[in-house]
Amino acid sequence: MIDQKTIQHIAKLARLKVTPEEATLYGDQLTKVLSHFQKISEIDTTGIEPLVTPTEIEIYLRPDEVKKENTAEEMVINAPEKAGNLFKVPPVV
Amino acid sequence: MDLLQASFKNVSDAVQAKKISAKEVTQFFLNRAEKLNPTLNAYILMNNKALQEAESVDQKIKRGEAVGPLAGVSFGIKDLLCTKDIRTTACSKILENFIPPYDATVVARLKKAGAVVLGKLNLDEFAMGSSNETSYFGKCKNPWNPEYVPGGSSGGSASAQAARIAMGTIGTDTGGSIRQPSNFCGIVGIKPTYGRVSRYGIIAFASSLDQAGPMVSTVEDAALTLEVICGHDEKDSTTSAKKVPEFSKNLNKNIKGMKIGILKEYESKGRVNPEVEKTYFTAVETLKKLGAEIVDISVPMTEFAVPMYYLIAASEASSNLARYDGVKYGFRAEIKDLSHTSLEDFYSQTRGEGFGTEVKRRIMLGTYCLSSGYYDAYYNKACQVRRILKDQYTEAFKKCDAIVSPVTTTAAFKIGEKVYDPLTMYLNDIFTTSTNLAGLPGMSVPFGQTQTGMPIGIQLTGAHFEEQKILNIAAALEEASLVKGKTPNVY
Repeated sequence: MIDQKTIQHIAKLARLKVTPEEATLYGDQLTKVLSHFQKISEIDTTGIEPLVTPTEIEIYLRPDEVKKENTAEEMVINAPEKAGNLFKVPPVV
Repeated sequence: MDLLQASFKNVSDAVQAKKISAKEVTQFFLNRAEKLNPTLNAYILMNNKALQEAESVDQKIKRGEAVGPLAGVSFGIKDLLCTKDIRTTACSKILENFIPPYDATVVARLKKAGAVVLGKLNLDEFAMGSSNETSYFGKCKNPWNPEYVPGGSSGGSASAQAARIAMGTIGTDTGGSIRQPSNFCGIVGIKPTYGRVSRYGIIAFASSLDQAGPMVSTVEDAALTLEVICGHDEKDSTTSAKKVPEFSKNLNKNIKGMKIGILKEYESKGRVNPEVEKTYFTAVETLKKLGAEIVDISVPMTEFAVPMYYLIAASEASSNLARYDGVKYGFRAEIKDLSHTSLEDFYSQTRGEGFGTEVKRRIMLGTYCLSSGYYDAYYNKACQVRRILKDQYTEAFKKCDAIVSPVTTTAAFKIGEKVYDPLTMYLNDIFTTSTNLAGLPGMSVPFGQTQTGMPIGIQLTGAHFEEQKILNIAAALEEASLVKGKTPNVY
């Protein structure tokens, strides 16, 4: 059972503002969905290495070379608020 | 030249022989889109430089320069793939105004092969959905009957292709998002082996499951498109260095002697709609008649595919979607006094307003599964079971060349029918999700229809990097299809 306290905690971890209506809805739905997941806990997985990606064989590393692809100006163009080449944010320190 | 029937190869040959110009082909599909898109809402944005880009393909041909095998072929692109200077949104408010400074590798390869991008196609927000009902830009309709969903998440791609307002389309598949809408709209869709196609420039949902692929009208066109988009990319370290076969040249409808597996775990047990089941049985009989040997196989862990999938996909999504913070790009909540707002409130408000309900639900689920105290019981456990599943598939493919099954439990459903019950919606994915978990190639090929005229497809699943085998079987089924040549009324 996912209670409202847990929902608020997850929302904080996920940096998501949820309305009280959403919180109630998510509480009910997550409880239902997670109880369906309980089936998995019945499976014996002793000593099994978790598989986090299907291609485990050959992870390719490209040569560490500088390439001129996009400029800083191009990369900040989509920023909602900027000052010159800098992103504008609330005070961090 | 009948552009509604012509294969990519025919069109590309004709364009290169200057029998028709790339510009004329593009204009033809733009005109169709203008007429039909208001009903379907498949495109959410047209490329206003499409004609110019087509003209530059024509210019190249005039100058005698080499163009690729898709010269002049018009493509619609799922709006999850970045397109340079063309807005890319993932159909989310949080990316409403994002204009990428680069092309996804898939898009770059299509363009290099001479294809022209017509526009960007609708999808469920961040590809999270099975009905295209969670898009910020509105629902998309199924051209076979606009009261029905086109499926999802690549609903716009399937709808546009079925209505032929594009010659070809690209979709992505994380848990069935190419195969399920292809099935609902009566087109051919293939999800390649994980690692075949670069994910560079594709807005990430679940990185260990996502893969892009063609959604087109014929198996031949699928094979050709696949050839163009597959192959190693230094910008995606998970792409395979394996040589890409010439899928279209190797296409062979003769399936005599091939072993095709039937999964014991996929027995209907009342889960599959009778019309879908009947079509599936007919397909199996057809395969037998064509000389294939049907073998019984078992992959017990497929029983747990749906919970495993939702757990892993949501966990990866909660991590991937952490980047949408209102700083670098996209939507930012309106905050009156930035200097007196905490960073945490700033993030929470932006994300709370920017994401839709389904996306937030999955971020919440994923965050929970990854959070301290639950990580081992949920995420880690699911990944352990995932390995057992993959190993069981490897064993099963020692006994057969491919697996045949239905794509979904039902044909397309009506708009609004399932949206309020996430669990029911999730359970519709029982036949598609295990393919992604194991990283296998899978496809949907049209084969039958319901009494009300909605399409029913057949799913083929192959061993790792064995796309050619499922393409060949699909070509045989396509030839024997009960609905060969049938098109929606809007056609």
